[in-house]
Amino acid sequence: MRIAIEHQIVHRARAGRPTSVQMLRLTPENYDDQTVANWHIDVDCDARLRRGHDGFGNAVTMLYIQDAPETVTITATGEVLTSDAHGVVRGTTETLPPALFLRATPATPADAAIAAFAEEAIRGADSSLAALHAVNAALPRRFASEARGPAPDAAAAFAAESVGACDLAHIFCVAARSLGVPARFVSGFASWDDAASATAHCWAEAYVDGLGWIGFDPSIGLSPQDRHVRVAVALDAAGATAVSGEAWREVALAEASQ
Amino acid sequence: MGTIAAFDEIMGASDAGSSRPELSALQRWLDLTPDNELRRRQQAAEATFRQLGITFAVYGENDAAERIIPFDIVPRVFLPDEWARLSEGLVQRVEAINAFLDDIYGERKILRDGILPPDLIFGNPQFRPEIAGMRPPHGVWAHICGIDLVRTGPDDFFVLEDNARTPSGVSYMLENREAMLRLCPELFRQFRVAAVDSYPDRLLATMKSVAPHGVAEPTCVVLTPGHYNSAYYEHSFLADSMGIELVEAADLVVDDDIVWMRTIAGRVKVDVIYRRVDDDFLDPLVFRPDSMLGVPGLIAAYSAGNVAILNAPGNGIADDKAIYSYMPDIVRYYSGAEPKLKNVETWRCREPEALSYVLDHLSELVVKLVDGSGGYGMLVGPTASARQIEEFRAALIAEPHRYIAQPTLALSTVPTLVESGVAPRHVDFRPFVLTGRNGVEVTPGGLTRVALREGSLVVNSSQGGGTKDSFVLLPAELDSWVQVQGQQSQIQTQGAH
Repeated sequence: MRIAIEHQIVHRARAGRPTSVQMLRLTPENYDDQTVANWHIDVDCDARLRRGHDGFGNAVTMLYIQDAPETVTITATGEVLTSDAHGVVRGTTETLPPALFLRATPATPADAAIAAFAEEAIRGADSSLAALHAVNAALPRRFASEARGPAPDAAAAFAAESVGACDLAHIFCVAARSLGVPARFVSGFASWDDAASATAHCWAEAYVDGLGWIGFDPSIGLSPQDRHVRVAVALDAAGATAVSGEAWREVALAEASQ
Repeated sequence: MGTIAAFDEIMGASDAGSSRPELSALQRWLDLTPDNELRRRQQAAEATFRQLGITFAVYGENDAAERIIPFDIVPRVFLPDEWARLSEGLVQRVEAINAFLDDIYGERKILRDGILPPDLIFGNPQFRPEIAGMRPPHGVWAHICGIDLVRTGPDDFFVLEDNARTPSGVSYMLENREAMLRLCPELFRQFRVAAVDSYPDRLLATMKSVAPHGVAEPTCVVLTPGHYNSAYYEHSFLADSMGIELVEAADLVVDDDIVWMRTIAGRVKVDVIYRRVDDDFLDPLVFRPDSMLGVPGLIAAYSAGNVAILNAPGNGIADDKAIYSYMPDIVRYYSGAEPKLKNVETWRCREPEALSYVLDHLSELVVKLVDGSGGYGMLVGPTASARQIEEFRAALIAEPHRYIAQPTLALSTVPTLVESGVAPRHVDFRPFVLTGRNGVEVTPGGLTRVALREGSLVVNSSQGGGTKDSFVLLPAELDSWVQVQGQQSQIQTQGAH
């Protein structure tokens, strides 16, 4: 599928803080089932951009703005070609071994309630892959989903009635890790209609021996197919977020895609 | 509460009637100098320290009163050959620490070769995935190490802890020496003591040596968390002695992957940062986002190879207490030789057999939190009350993975001036080891901490410990040595008029 993306992030600079340094994870990279045809990051003010990679191997763009105006708009535009691999992720650059992704983080703490939920969901599953699919399918059945900012951590999200995509990805990671399966958070875009345009989205990946990293999207209870554009991975949302920066704490993030 | 029969570094074996022959001059000095004269000098030194503001705040105390660390006027002395052997061991250990860090954040050969269990690394919060694949300029990670040692005999040194993050205490080494030179000049006529006062120059040389490639005249700074930090005196002292700027995070800004220092005269590019802030507070974009202490973009500048950070981010994985017990294997793996410095035997309580041994022998062992420091969260079995032992038993059963245990060593003693006169007190030692582009060097001296309470083995300043000067004696072969002196300016005689 050919997916066109135009993703805007608007933020207001903090008064009296004219220098702004942001770290953007907004650039998809090529792997076996994803080819970036063209990609561009634009900023509507005088800014310096520097490309690099973070510790997880994600493409990172550092954004340096001196004398920031009140409002800064960052626009990522491009086209990505995807093919369906039933969620199997091949050909990515891996800087860290799967074993690292068993680790709990502040946003994905080990949690007895989530572990019990996972145990219940995998009953009858005859393989590790089947078990992960069972957990992934059970999550959207349990929660009403809504577009909302994430809860402080997966345990808090799990106790709520309705959750966002980020919460579901966190819960999936905690559930998979409770089963001894390495799991990680994925940020990117997804195209939900036939217009082949995409909005920001997040999901998860789990590591299955013999197969490698497999995508699971607990918002839909399925593996990503060719509607997902994968951008960044990390232990949790904090490490894969599209924008880390001084301003994000104080400033409302407005996102718009078309 | 018993007293442990220990090796006395001046007197020799605890039952010996006279001092070790090489140190008879120190014994004579102690015999000839009246206690009240020693006390007068000690008080003069402490008055100076108070004036300078060399104080520390005791964590967990409500009255947050700043205290000076008590200073003891009787020096500790290392003989030339003892020091030579100890130095060899330190060089080997620090080289291994650097090789380990370079490997564990790079190729991870040591895991492929099965030397360490992978979950020990990947499950350990001190292994920072955020900087995986990044390499500091010239591949040096642990530029400044403070290796904590204890001693049980003339050549029996044991490493207690490898401090490869932001070890402090070097200002005490320098200030204690200055006080001794002023107050006890006669000792420096009796003994040929290696100088330590070139430490700031050597630290600066180390910093410059690891500047990013192609920087001829690097700008170096010391980064402090600020004056509320308990080691702030040392941060300002070191910056001052090196003649470089002391900065806080707000003084630094990253632009275009380059670190700049804001000055009245405009922006100045910064090439080398000796940071005394923890990893968590280095860069809020990469580590703790709520940190106000950090410099946004610092890790991007580091990753791009535009700045050297001393010590490198991520070093905690090398000095973590859970890794410690594997250090002999790590040294063997990277040096290809037997470790010259021993570890203290360590039971990892996360292993069931070790835990059951520890629970059966609590009254003989020292039990420590894997992630604790400064003597907090520690049980010294032989001197603990029955209640303390039972509290630790419960804690161990609840969370065994958080603890390690070690035998109670008969730490060496050094004569120390106390209420009743001069009496033996237990000591430990922190030498400072610098690693630059051209290799490892051991500062001929260090920080000796002394447990001032009789029989106590806890030397931490937060638990009533004091400090002493540490003399490293130069070899006797003067002529050949003078020649060496011309080439190695780091060693000079001091006060030997």
